[in-house]
Amino acid sequence: MLKEEVVGQEERLLNGDEAAAWAAYHVEPDVVAAYPITPQTIIVERFSEFVADGLVRTEFVSVESEHSAMSACVGAAAAGGRAFTATAANGLQLMNEILYIASTLRLPIVMAIANRAVSGPINIHCDHTDAMNVRDAGWVMLFCEDAQEVYDTIIQAFKIAENPNVLLPVMVSFDGFLISHTAQKVKVFKDPSVVREKFLGGPRKPAKIKLMGHEVELSLNPKNPIPVTFGPLDLYDYYFEHKRQQSLAMQNAYEVVKEVHEEYARLSGRRYGDGVTVPYRLEDAEIAVVAMGSAPGTMRYVIDEMRDEGIKIGLLRIRLFRPFPYRDIIEKLRNVKVVGVFDRAQDQGMMGGPLFLETRAALYELESRPKVVNYVFGLGGRDAPPEMFREAFDELVGINKGTIKPFIRKYIGVRE
Amino acid sequence: MQKRWVPTPIEIAKKPDYILSGHRLCAGCAAPIIVKLTLKAIPNPENTILVNATGCLEVATTIFPYTAWKRPWIHNAFENAAATASGVVAAFKALKKKGLWKDEEPTIIVFGGDGGTYDIGLQSLSGAIERGHKFVYVLYDNEAYMNTGIQRSGSTPFAAATTTSPAGKVIPGKPEWKKPIGFIVAAHMNAYVATVNPFYWQDFVMKVRKAIDYDGPAFIHAISACDRGWRFEPSLAMRISKLATDTCLHPLWEFDPETREYRITGQSLYLAKNPDKIVPVEEYLKLQGRFRHLFRPVRRDDLIKTIQNRIRKEWNYLLKLAGFKS
Amino acid sequence: MSEKKPGWKEIPIAGVPFISSLEYKTGDWRVFKPVIDDDKCIKCLLCNIYCPDMAIHVKWDDTGNKALGVYVNYDYCKGCGICADICPVKAITMVKEER
Repeated sequence: MLKEEVVGQEERLLNGDEAAAWAAYHVEPDVVAAYPITPQTIIVERFSEFVADGLVRTEFVSVESEHSAMSACVGAAAAGGRAFTATAANGLQLMNEILYIASTLRLPIVMAIANRAVSGPINIHCDHTDAMNVRDAGWVMLFCEDAQEVYDTIIQAFKIAENPNVLLPVMVSFDGFLISHTAQKVKVFKDPSVVREKFLGGPRKPAKIKLMGHEVELSLNPKNPIPVTFGPLDLYDYYFEHKRQQSLAMQNAYEVVKEVHEEYARLSGRRYGDGVTVPYRLEDAEIAVVAMGSAPGTMRYVIDEMRDEGIKIGLLRIRLFRPFPYRDIIEKLRNVKVVGVFDRAQDQGMMGGPLFLETRAALYELESRPKVVNYVFGLGGRDAPPEMFREAFDELVGINKGTIKPFIRKYIGVRE
Repeated sequence: MQKRWVPTPIEIAKKPDYILSGHRLCAGCAAPIIVKLTLKAIPNPENTILVNATGCLEVATTIFPYTAWKRPWIHNAFENAAATASGVVAAFKALKKKGLWKDEEPTIIVFGGDGGTYDIGLQSLSGAIERGHKFVYVLYDNEAYMNTGIQRSGSTPFAAATTTSPAGKVIPGKPEWKKPIGFIVAAHMNAYVATVNPFYWQDFVMKVRKAIDYDGPAFIHAISACDRGWRFEPSLAMRISKLATDTCLHPLWEFDPETREYRITGQSLYLAKNPDKIVPVEEYLKLQGRFRHLFRPVRRDDLIKTIQNRIRKEWNYLLKLAGFKS
Repeated sequence: MSEKKPGWKEIPIAGVPFISSLEYKTGDWRVFKPVIDDDKCIKCLLCNIYCPDMAIHVKWDDTGNKALGVYVNYDYCKGCGICADICPVKAITMVKEER
C-alpha cells in the first residue's frame, strides 16, 4: 500500500455545479462546448468566468444546442484534445445519438450531468431518469453523493477515460438542485498543476494504434504517417466485431475506476468506499438498502437511528453504475436477507426501476438469494424526507420477519 | 489585395489526389469531382483535416474496412458536420495556445450534402457561422436526399420528381421552390459565400482558394449532378452541370462579408453582360428523367413557363444585388 | 471475398478502416470502356480534371511540367463516359467491354 502524500488543499464554499466548474478549471480541458440547461447552468457560467479572466486557456464554444455541444466535443476529442461538457434532462436526450458515436469512436470525453427529471411535463427538479435513459450508450457512469465528490470524481473521470485499456467517455452524475445548488464545504487543490501535471500526467496523449503497417496516433493529427478515418460505414460483416471491442473496454473500466480512485485518494486523502460501491454498516446486516446519488445521505441518518434500536440494517451506495458492478453486489449482499432497492427514476413498462432490475439480476446468481424489492421515489424533485425512508425501511424489517408479504415494486412519496 | 491565384489545367493535374480511386460512388457522380477540385485548391494539403456529414459521399468512400481518404477525416452524424468542425477548430486553437501544436492551425474542410445542410443541418451550420470558426463548408448539392433513395429535400427544385414528391396525377413533382441557401448563409454577414460548378473548374478552385484564405467561416455551394437521382446517362454529368449555370439556375457568384458586396463571376458574368446567350431552361430540363413529366405524356408548357419566369426573377434579383442594371 | 475475415481482436479499435480503397478495383463495374486516340488528343487535360474516379492519368515528360498525353487506369475506370462526352476534340470513344 503506497504512502499517502496528501497535497495542499484549501476549503471553499461551493455548490455542486461550482465544484464541477472548479474541477474543470483545474483540469483545464482544451475545449468546453456546452449549452445551458437548468440545473447545470452554473457550471457553464462559472467556467465562462474562468475563461474570461484568463485563468484557463480552454476554448469555450458557446454551441447552439446540446446536440452540437456533444458533436463539438467529439470533434475536439478526435482532434486529440481534452473535451468537457455538462448537461441535464432534455439536453442529454437531445444529444443522445451522439453519445453512442462518442463511445464508438473511443473518445475520452468527460461530461457532468446535474440529474433532472425528463420532460414532460417539463420539470426542472431532481430525478435520475435522464441518466438512466442513456445507460446503454457505452459511457462509463459514476454517481456522486455530494459536491466534494463531484469535484473529485470529475478530475478522476479524465484519467479513467484516457486510460489506454478504456478509452471511453465518462459521465459524472449528481442530483440536480439537491447537490447542484446546495453550497457545501469543498476542498480543492491549491495548485492546479497538481491535477494537470501530477495526477493527469500533463496534456492528453492520444492512444497509439497500428494502421497499415505504421504506428499512428488515434486522432485527426495531420502529422500521422497514415491519416486516420473516423466513423466509417459498417455493414453486417464488421459491426458486431466493433461492438465486441467496446464491450471489452467497458469491462476494463471496472478495474481502472478502482485504480484511479486509489491514486487520487493518495493525493487528496479522500476515499469513497473502493470507488465502485460505498457500504455503510453492511458487515452484519440482515437488511440492506441500495441507492445512488444524494438520498444515501438521508438514508444513513435513518439507518443509524434503527441501528440504535438494534435493527441490523445497512446501506450499499452504488457509485459506479456503468459498468454495472454486479460482482460487488453479489459479494456484499450475499448474506443479507432482504434488499430494498431505491430508484429515483421512472419505471415505465419495466418490472421495476432500472437500479432494481440490475441489482436483482445480479443477485439471481446466488444459490440462496435475498428477497429483493423496489421502491420508486422522488420523481420530479419530490421530497424524500427521513420519515419516508423510515416507513420503507420498517417495511423491509417486516418482510424479514415475515409479517409483511414481499412485493416487486412500490411507489413511495406519491399521493394516492 | 492578395494576388489572385489563376491555375492552369497543368497546375491542377500536377497536384496529388487526396481522395483515392476505388471509392464506390456511382459511375458519373459529380460529388467526387467536387471533392477532388476542392482538395486541389488547398495550398497546404498536408496540414488539412476533413469533416463529412452522413450522405452519399461519406458512405461510399468509407465502407469498412476500406477508406478512400488520404487525409485525416471524421464522420460524426448527419446534422452536425459544422458543429463537429467547430470542435476540431477549437481544439487546435487551444493546443496552439498551450504550445502543444507548433504548426499553423490546420485547414478544416467540411463536406455536406444538401440533406445534411439545408434541412437537418441548418442549425449547426448557422451556429458555427455565427461563432465565426475558420473552416470551409463545401455543400455538394444533388438536390435530394440521394443516399436514402432520392427523397425530396429543401434543395429539390420546383416540379422535380423525387420519391416523396413524385410526379403524380394530381401533383406534378415538388410544389415548393428551392431554398436559397447561399443567401441564407450570406445573411449571417460573417462568412465568405460562393456558388460554384465543377464544370467551370477554374472558377471553382479559385473560389475555394479564396474561401481557405478568408480569416473566418466560408461556404461553397456546389451543384452536384446526380445521374441516379436526376435520371440521366452518366456520361452527361458535366454537360448537365454546365447547363445548370448556363440557364442561370445555378448562377456563379460570390459574397464578400467585409464589403458586403455580391459579385457575379465566370460564366455567369459573361451571361450578365450577354443576356442573349442565356440558355432556355427547357434545354436543361429535357435531359433529366426527374423532369420527364413536364414533356411526356403531355407537354406542360405552363410549368416550364413558371420555371423560366422564376429563373428570370431570381436572376434579376441577383443582378440587382451585384449592382447590374437588368 | 472468400477468405475468412479478421476477428474483433485483430482489427483496430474505434472502427478505423485499415485498407486503402486502392485495393478495391472498381474497374469491373464497367460495361463500356474509354479508348483514347493519342493522335487526336490535344493534352487539354480536361478528362483528367473531370474524371470522378481519378482514373485518367497524365503522361508527364522528364521535367514533369509538360503533358505528353493521358492514359486510363482500367483498374478503377467505371466507364461513366464523362471523359468521352467533354473531350473537345472527340479523342475518346466508349467501346463495349469484351469479357
